Amino acid sequence: MEIRDFFFNLTWLIPLFPLLAFALIVLWANPNRKLSTWLAWMGIGLSWLLGWTIFFLSWGDIHHLTPPEGNHPVPLWTLPTGSSVLKIGFQVDTLTALMLFMVPFVCLMIFIYSKGYMGYGTNQVDSRYSRFFAYISLFACGMLGLIVSDNLLTLFIFWEIMGLCSYLLIGFWYEKSYPDPNRITPKEAGLKAFLTTRVGDVIMLLGLLLLYSQVGSLSFMDVFNHETLDMLAHKMVVLPVFGSVPVATLAALLLFGGAMGKSAQFPLHVWLPDAMEGPTPVSALIHAATMVSAGVYLVARSFPLFVAVHGGAQLAVVAFIGAFTALFASTIAVAQNDIKRVLAYSTISQLGYMIAALGIGAYIAAVFHLINHAFFKALLFLGSGSVIHGVEHGHHEVAHGHHGHEEEAFDANDMMNMGGLLSKMPRTAWTFIIGGGALAGIVPLAGFWSKDEILAHAWHEFQHGHDFGTFWPFFVWLLLTIAAALTAFYTARQICLAFVGRPRTEAAQHAHESPPSMTWPLMLLAFFAVILGLFGTPWANQFHHLIGEAFEATPFDPFVAGLSTVLAVGGMALGWLVYGRQPLAAGQVDPLKRWLGPVHTVLENKYYLDELYKTIFIRPVIWLSHIFSKFDYDWVINRIVNLAGTVTVFVSERWGEFDLVIVDGLVNLVGRSGASFSRLSGVVDLNIVDGIVNRIGDLIKAGGRFLRPLQTGRVQNYLIVAATTVVVLLGWYLVLSVL
Amino acid sequence: MDVPLSWYLLVAAALFCMGLYGVLSRRNAVAILMGVELMLNAVNINLVTFWRYVAPEAMAGQVFAVLVYTVAAAEAAVGLALFIAIYRSRDTVVVEDIDLMKG
Amino acid sequence: MSVEHGVFIVLSAITLVGAWIVIANRNLYRAALGMVLSFFGVAGLYALLNVGFLAVVQVLIYVGAISILIIFAIMLTRQVMDREVVQRNSQWFISLLVALVLFGVLGYTLAFRVADQWAVGGSGLPEKPIEALGEALVTTYALPFEVASVLLLVALVGAIVIAREK
Repeated sequence: MEIRDFFFNLTWLIPLFPLLAFALIVLWANPNRKLSTWLAWMGIGLSWLLGWTIFFLSWGDIHHLTPPEGNHPVPLWTLPTGSSVLKIGFQVDTLTALMLFMVPFVCLMIFIYSKGYMGYGTNQVDSRYSRFFAYISLFACGMLGLIVSDNLLTLFIFWEIMGLCSYLLIGFWYEKSYPDPNRITPKEAGLKAFLTTRVGDVIMLLGLLLLYSQVGSLSFMDVFNHETLDMLAHKMVVLPVFGSVPVATLAALLLFGGAMGKSAQFPLHVWLPDAMEGPTPVSALIHAATMVSAGVYLVARSFPLFVAVHGGAQLAVVAFIGAFTALFASTIAVAQNDIKRVLAYSTISQLGYMIAALGIGAYIAAVFHLINHAFFKALLFLGSGSVIHGVEHGHHEVAHGHHGHEEEAFDANDMMNMGGLLSKMPRTAWTFIIGGGALAGIVPLAGFWSKDEILAHAWHEFQHGHDFGTFWPFFVWLLLTIAAALTAFYTARQICLAFVGRPRTEAAQHAHESPPSMTWPLMLLAFFAVILGLFGTPWANQFHHLIGEAFEATPFDPFVAGLSTVLAVGGMALGWLVYGRQPLAAGQVDPLKRWLGPVHTVLENKYYLDELYKTIFIRPVIWLSHIFSKFDYDWVINRIVNLAGTVTVFVSERWGEFDLVIVDGLVNLVGRSGASFSRLSGVVDLNIVDGIVNRIGDLIKAGGRFLRPLQTGRVQNYLIVAATTVVVLLGWYLVLSVL
Repeated sequence: MDVPLSWYLLVAAALFCMGLYGVLSRRNAVAILMGVELMLNAVNINLVTFWRYVAPEAMAGQVFAVLVYTVAAAEAAVGLALFIAIYRSRDTVVVEDIDLMKG
Repeated sequence: MSVEHGVFIVLSAITLVGAWIVIANRNLYRAALGMVLSFFGVAGLYALLNVGFLAVVQVLIYVGAISILIIFAIMLTRQVMDREVVQRNSQWFISLLVALVLFGVLGYTLAFRVADQWAVGGSGLPEKPIEALGEALVTTYALPFEVASVLLLVALVGAIVIAREK
């Protein structure tokens, strides 16, 4: 169909709009906040419109667009690279279309929210307001480019762009520092995020190189088709420890390394909680909705590669990592007091769900959960931002209103400083509750359906054991179910601590609702959080229709559904029991602390993983770099550089002397001869020329003086002259005539 | 017509030259004017002589002489008026003293 | 030597003597009278030339008007001139020279050159000379006549303007 083709061919515009917005803001509109805001909104808005157009249009041609075989290519460039050719371009298939439904919309919500969050129009507006919008535009460009890429190379490029933006945005408030040395500053957090994901990226790059060397191309069409995968599955590579391994497995695991980094799976998850130091819209954007899901997207995109080897190790690894991370993170979330950190660990946990789902072949469910999670996690993050904002404002009011003295250090993120915000910030509160419900998996909210599908699939695989064995599905099912219970519990805990009861601090007392630019996105996202799930119900699974026709649909399993509902509701009830029925008063210690005791401390400190990394990796590296730099500076570099410097100075000095003597001598000589010549010229000129001129003048004057007496003023004198002349003439003629 | 033409002409020439001498060498303005009149008379004699001796039937000579008279009269009148005016303003009729155009 | 010659010589002598008095006499008054004498001589010459009308006109205009004018002017400017003052100016010698040379040239030319070449016309005098003159003045020579009238007018007005008391 022509319209479809027309719009599909415009796919390349989708990442371009926010890129343009970024460029325009950075180069031109930076001083003007209003313009910057509108440029960013326009950029993402246009991408959103185009993205939804493509999404809805793609419904008309699903059969031709289902990956990995079908897609609508939008090729751009063909780059010759020695013996082979690199084809760069974009493409649209159903997976891309689905992502295009989610990503630009959520980004747009967050962009709109950012205006209010960054304080536009108030006197607390952020000093680098425009730059923020530039960064998030660039980030949007990265994510959008990633999902419309048709080859692993541009995917990797956009992957890296997002990495850069996450560094810039996490460390956005780079000047912020804390009195507590153990608390990570935004600058450090940005660096941590970048370096940790870098580890994953390097592994991924190795995977790309492997694929390229084996396949000769990185385009999806070339890599993920049957023939190639067959070839890769049978080709063996010999590794030191593991022995002979199919290329496909190795490549898949290497790619998964990248996914582990970006999607914050154990053990590369440590950056995500600390990334909460960035502004909340950043957290929502990067760590909930888009960037972290890039890893999941990558695995989904490469799914054919993962399933190429039957019963291979790669899926096992994926499933294990995913499930383990899901449970691991949710246990930590229970013991966190920072509202954003709870959500951060929750994100890690949910990503684990998705990864685990992919590991057991629940492709559709994973993608479904990805989409759902994006909406409600973004909602939750934005809601938490709204809460933090409100409490901070309350704190400002208190500090300035009452005492008027220096603002005390006040952590607006700490849930222990909140309480009773339900009445103070109703819209934030209710949307947050909806999001929390979706997260916990309460029927009929979105999260339930996707989570349930994963669990059902796991159980189904366990029961029937088709392609993925029985152990791993069971493992996944078990861990994920426990995690679901914990998820419900900590969600309820979070909601109760923040919103229920009475305010525990004066700041919370004075908190008020956020501006509409912040609450409207919340409401829109909440709307989706409610209805989106209905598109993936087992009885009319649109997702299956859209992207997973190749797979078998997961049937609805009442046992699983019932169990998960019970656990969800039970978990929330427990949470409410602990925290909601008798809301904590100010200063009261978390009851969980009492019950779990030392376990709680471990949980609160994230299993001391950061400290472990620090000891194993970071300290030695710093020590080594100290030695190297010392060696470098004192022994080698300084010596050599100084020597070079001294020699250079000496040579230039001699040269300078030479130059001065000779060159200056020449120049002076020329100058002097010129001067004397001109003096000579002048003399000649003055004397001769002037002499002539003066003589002439004198002559004329003399002539005049000579002739002057003729003018006596007496008529008779004139007459005599005339008469004389006449006489002379007459005489002349007379003489002539005589002769 | 016994007297030859040249005799009359000579007389006229003599008269003319005497008049010229008077114009050029007299100091009084009126004396100069008198010299001028003498010169005019000489001219007249010349004219009439030529008319009488060469072409008496044509009236040109006489007419010319009449015109000369007219001009002489006019010129004498104006000249004397000038002299009188100068005398009034400068209190002199010595021509040598009237030398404003000197220079 | 006929009577005519003699009369001519007498008349010429009168003319020239009168002119001599004009140019040589210190006394202006006497110079003026000399001028009158010269005029009379000229008038006589005219008569000798058969131009009676012009002779009379000569006497009328010159003697009767111009001489009188000059005498008036002399009398009006008389206080200034002292009888003792020399009437010759500084360039009298050159003037004399010039005059003499001029006379020499003119005389030589007129006497020995002109005379031969000019054919003496016959006695073609008109019957009635005065009428002829009158007729010539208003027909053939009407324009010069009119111009002369204008000239006289201008001179009249001019003389009055210049000489009147302010």
